[in-house]
Amino acid sequence: MNKERINKYIDMELLRFTTAGSVDDGKSTLIGRLLYDTKSIFEDQYDAIKKASETRGEEYVNLALLTDGLKAEREQGITIDVAYRYFATPKRKFIIADTPGHIQYTRNMVTGASTANLALILVDARKGVIEQTHRHSFIASLLKIPHLIVCVNKMDLVDYNEEVYDNIKADFKKFAAKLDVQDIRFVPISALKGDNVVSMSKNMPWYQGGPTLLYLLENIHIGSDHNLIDCRFPIQYVVRPYSDDFHDYRGYAGRVSGGVFKKGDTVMVLPSGFSSKIKSIDSFDGEVEQAFSPMSVVIRLEDDIDISRGDMLVRENNLPRISQDIDLMICWLNENKLKIGHKYTLRHTTKEVKCIIKEIKYKVDINTLHRIESDKEIGLNDIARIVIRTTQPLFYDAYKINRTTGSLILVDDSTNETVGAGMIDYKN
Amino acid sequence: MYSYNLNHLEELEAESIFILREVAAQFEHPALLFSGGKDSIVMAHLARKAFYPAKIPFPLLHIDTGHNFPETMIYRDNYVEKIGAKLLVGLVQDSIDEGKCVDEKGFNASRNLLQTITLLDSIEKYKIDCALGGGRRDEEKARAKERFFSHRDEFGQWDPKNQRPELWNLFNGKKRMGEHFRVFPLSNWTEMDIWQYIFIENIEIPNIYFTHKRLCIKRDGTILAHSPFLTLKDNEKPEELQIRFRTIGDMSCTGATYSTANTLEEIIMEVAATRVTERGTRFDDKRSETAMEDRKKEGYF
Repeated sequence: MNKERINKYIDMELLRFTTAGSVDDGKSTLIGRLLYDTKSIFEDQYDAIKKASETRGEEYVNLALLTDGLKAEREQGITIDVAYRYFATPKRKFIIADTPGHIQYTRNMVTGASTANLALILVDARKGVIEQTHRHSFIASLLKIPHLIVCVNKMDLVDYNEEVYDNIKADFKKFAAKLDVQDIRFVPISALKGDNVVSMSKNMPWYQGGPTLLYLLENIHIGSDHNLIDCRFPIQYVVRPYSDDFHDYRGYAGRVSGGVFKKGDTVMVLPSGFSSKIKSIDSFDGEVEQAFSPMSVVIRLEDDIDISRGDMLVRENNLPRISQDIDLMICWLNENKLKIGHKYTLRHTTKEVKCIIKEIKYKVDINTLHRIESDKEIGLNDIARIVIRTTQPLFYDAYKINRTTGSLILVDDSTNETVGAGMIDYKN
Repeated sequence: MYSYNLNHLEELEAESIFILREVAAQFEHPALLFSGGKDSIVMAHLARKAFYPAKIPFPLLHIDTGHNFPETMIYRDNYVEKIGAKLLVGLVQDSIDEGKCVDEKGFNASRNLLQTITLLDSIEKYKIDCALGGGRRDEEKARAKERFFSHRDEFGQWDPKNQRPELWNLFNGKKRMGEHFRVFPLSNWTEMDIWQYIFIENIEIPNIYFTHKRLCIKRDGTILAHSPFLTLKDNEKPEELQIRFRTIGDMSCTGATYSTANTLEEIIMEVAATRVTERGTRFDDKRSETAMEDRKKEGYF
């Protein structure tokens, strides 16, 4: 590799995707296959799983063992948490949030989906679209993952039959009409045999010319997944050097959550409502011309205004919603049930306030998407539409418009645990 | 047309800077664990960027086993002076002298495990409520499930089954008195990302990462540096080899690799072509299949 090639490798896009699956639908094998066929597995890792497979008396090297992390999981043969995997091709670097797919692990699926821009849904070709497929797709849609790839797996066990694949595709499309996902792709694969995962399968001539899974992962357009329209800059930290060289320096550090900020732009500070101009956008490497999501920068303003963590810079003619009464879809993450009238600490962008639960509107059946208005007991892994009131106004957007300014978490003050994940103004 | 896309390194950098600022905002006494190894160097570099033009608003903490490569110690002192940071040092020897632990015996003796005791002592001594570590999820399978913000109980222990869910970029650093957090800003970086970043940022690293001639011992498939901390077996003779180190830990347990890589480009080429994980050269991970998980539960890095 020469310097030119190194530079090419350095200029790759980053794609975060999530996979959900249960014990026997081949998810771990698929991930193992992706890692193995893209040469992301090292010899010592391969030797370790080979040895482990032999000890377990298995015939072939069990690629699924690559992704089973913790001792408890290996003993029970199940994945109980979100595990992150990494691989790269010359085109992209990939981060996989690998989550278990059983209903009792909804909270893990939601966690993995929260940062993903693509979801892989696995369907067993022998079983077709089942309840679990609905659940995974609904969670992907709920978390507003922009791209979905439906992998019809185990094609080898249905003789690579085109009709089986077409029927599953049709079934899924019928169900997907209820979802809010724009970009859905399908690919027939066998993770075990490697068909259409990284290399084109010879066993499915009817799919000739169709993309392999890796091709889709490498080429799906993700450039427009960030919001570049609505300017949002939550203040994270105030930089004050107190040094001779930077005597009166006062910069506002944060990560752009939407829109594009430029030097000279007039911005408004929330909650105070004062306006000022951007004097400069700074970084360690010098001034930055434009700042956009998800860049971390420091912004300086022309005027001395009292600004602190939790405040937000926006544009005057494009304000976020500002309210103390928030309507949201919540995924409950904790064994202690959600209680009406109970107070929680709420974290939204860089702001922390208290809130009280005012109303539980309905619970969602995550297998059918039906509203259950009669059942208002919200426990671990439940998803519900609720209304809360906060001690101070939040500056937010609908989750659909902006996943950063539209999301929040609830923290139980008695245990300090994160108990709820909320998506604001989610209209089901 | 102006491109509104970041490449993978820019995006990882922005994410890590966000985490480092979140730590400064949410904790009272954070410290950055600094060993002079490449990951902690990249983490310190990112911390400089996160708070520029101010200095890093927390100290660096080195848990010093006393079995360091001398080259690393020289690098550490120069680097700390260059960036004007405050350095705290926790000595494993102190923990031994205070009777809190004893040196291991035998040929494979290492102070790797003892570091945990000194680390927890230092956390208590300096009232550190958040220790920033350079751990990466791609390093080892137990680390693949580690959070950015990892909660530790009053004994410094990690409970993998009772971790807080982490969603979007909302991090919950709330804790009771006596508890602390470990935060890993480099969670999503891979070994390759680290080297590429060192290359494009032109970050200075200890010279033992590059090829050099060194007196070494070959033991159980690992090349160990000959040092006063290593007890030789009868059949072992030090020999001069052309090697470099892919990771830097204690002299007693860090394996070298045969290499002629003399520049960062050559190292990147080597990493791209290599077929063994970087921790594959670490003796401390080979003790059992779950060595890392067991140590983490006890409060290891």
